Amino acid sequence: MTIAQLYIPVAVLFGISIFFALLLPILSKILGPNRPGGRKGEAYESGIVAVGNAQKRLPVKFYRIAILFILFDIDIIFLFPYAIAMKKLGLFGLWSMLIFVVIFVLGDIWVWKRGVLEWE
Amino acid sequence: MDEVTIGWYIALAAILFSMGALGVLVRRNALIIFMSIELMLNAGNLLFVAFARHLGDLDGQIWVFFTMTVAAAEVAVGLALAVSIFRNRDSVNIDDMNMMKG
Amino acid sequence: MQFVEPTLNLSVILPIIILTFSTLLLMFVDFWVPDERKDITGWLSLFPLGGALTATFFQWDTIKGAFNSSVLQDNFSTYLSILYLITGMLSVLISIGYIRKRGHGRSEYYFLMLFSLVGMMLMGMANDLLIVFLALELLSIPLYIMSGFDRTDLNSEESALKYFLLGAFSSGFLVFGIALIYGAVGSTALPDIAEGIATSGTVGLAGIAMLLVGFMFKVGTVPFHMWTPDVYQGAPTSVTAFMSVGAKVAGFAALMRVLISSMGSMDEKWIPALAVIAAATMIVGNIAALTQTNIKRLLAYSSIAHAGYILMAVTASTKSDDGVGAALFYMMTYMFTNLGAFAAVMAMERFSGNKQLDLDDYKGMGKHNFAFAIVMMLLMFSLTGIPLTGGFVGKFYVFKTALEADLVWLVIIAALTSVVSAFYYMRVVFNMFMFDGEIDMPTVPNALKLVMAVAAIATLVLGVLPADWYTIAQNALMTTGG
Repeated sequence: MTIAQLYIPVAVLFGISIFFALLLPILSKILGPNRPGGRKGEAYESGIVAVGNAQKRLPVKFYRIAILFILFDIDIIFLFPYAIAMKKLGLFGLWSMLIFVVIFVLGDIWVWKRGVLEWE
Repeated sequence: MDEVTIGWYIALAAILFSMGALGVLVRRNALIIFMSIELMLNAGNLLFVAFARHLGDLDGQIWVFFTMTVAAAEVAVGLALAVSIFRNRDSVNIDDMNMMKG
Repeated sequence: MQFVEPTLNLSVILPIIILTFSTLLLMFVDFWVPDERKDITGWLSLFPLGGALTATFFQWDTIKGAFNSSVLQDNFSTYLSILYLITGMLSVLISIGYIRKRGHGRSEYYFLMLFSLVGMMLMGMANDLLIVFLALELLSIPLYIMSGFDRTDLNSEESALKYFLLGAFSSGFLVFGIALIYGAVGSTALPDIAEGIATSGTVGLAGIAMLLVGFMFKVGTVPFHMWTPDVYQGAPTSVTAFMSVGAKVAGFAALMRVLISSMGSMDEKWIPALAVIAAATMIVGNIAALTQTNIKRLLAYSSIAHAGYILMAVTASTKSDDGVGAALFYMMTYMFTNLGAFAAVMAMERFSGNKQLDLDDYKGMGKHNFAFAIVMMLLMFSLTGIPLTGGFVGKFYVFKTALEADLVWLVIIAALTSVVSAFYYMRVVFNMFMFDGEIDMPTVPNALKLVMAVAAIATLVLGVLPADWYTIAQNALMTTGG
């Protein structure tokens, strides 16, 4: 079997899902009654009264945390490969990672002392 | 058509890269331009991984780590700049940035 | 698979280690510096630079590879490191009083500058495209922040965002180009590329083209120069001075290393392309500068034009023995002259109302402050390339090396555009001496005076007695291979 043949079921599934994804909205558009009204345009059609727009501005401190998160998040990717090959790399790897982590932690302490993590 | 050869990956990466480059040139919102740049970088990453697999060599995968790290550092700086600009003029549209002409 | 420890040779990156760790130390020392006296941090940041400079001097005439030859120390890299560190010291000196006012008394400026210098030094040493890429980003990312350092000034913010978006855009090209080269050759180490690139076919060629596009963006040559004037005008002037010298020289350093040591065998492919780009850069830079009225914008276009002259030497470097030496010597004269010129601009600049950055603001300077006017005139002469200044000697050697490489048409264009450049540089000089005007000059800090004096003296020395300095630049040879 060639690769192309292996993918035939996937292609069939893809086709069916597109078919239904198009069919159902079109059917409901044709068959269903259409009476637009004030209440119907709201986010929660029944029950809770909406408090405001979803695109509200957030205080900038959330951005600060988000930026710090990105940095932490990415620095982890250097630790994972090391965790796997730690035994093979021996003392050499340990020292290398130690220098990496120390520099990173120094940066953290600096950020902390600078008051970036203060919430109020 | 029998196999997914390296040519397919090169083509896919080239398409992604062109989409990113076009996005940078066409879109006006700084954040969307920024996402387009990320798309360009990730097209490069895809190419690295594909070639690493093709050549049976790990260097390409190591490259992806570094590209991702650098991209993250750029995101951090870029977001900070965008926030700071937004505070000053309530918009991140680059068409509004025409203070200097000459 | 058995793990083999790489050969480290930490002595190769000793200046970088000194600079990095003493900057980290400085970041913590800074917590004890009171907020209203952050100038102290600026003065202290001269120590890491001095330490690294001392260590670099001892590296002269030793050739060594480190980290499995991904980092290479030879006279080329040592010479460039010395240039960067001097640039760093002069930039710190011009920044201290200036950043106190425009940077709202924040001291992060100095750390960013020092880390950017680490990136520049690594770039001269890089012998693997991975190191080139990482060093380039380490150099650029602090510069993005520094351009936007005056966060209440809309121009500064705008310049930072533009610089950032175009810098990241060019990184995209760089990464994609390197990925293609990696696929075609199977490695990103420059010696391996040198072996495999000739037979790498279309993929390799496409990779080289995209890599060059990335580099051209970073050094600001036509047609990738559009960002330069806006960024240079908007950024705080001390940052403009620093990046117009440091970032540009570092970009050319890496470009030379990559072209000569890994793609020298296929120079018949890239020489015509680079020659055309160099010609276009000189023409566009010099002609666009003619109509400028803002001095920072004028110097921005002038720096584009100078990138063209340096690129001319780079283009000739595989055909002529002196190509690298001529480019390095040109970089030295450009560094002193340009830093001096920006220091002079900063001496006149004010922070509110009329910022005094127009060419007209210099009218009557000859009567008001004769010494300042003479120094400014000397620097403008050097940028034009008038004899007895460093700029002339630099251009002379670049023209000579291009002639040796049989690029006669390029030399003709370069000579003609130099004549054109005289018009706009002389406008500054005429404004100072031929016109009368009210000069409202702020008191010039001593550090700025010192930098202007150093720049003027260096420009004169390089112009009158260039022989020894040129010999040093010629000896700054590049080692190829691992």
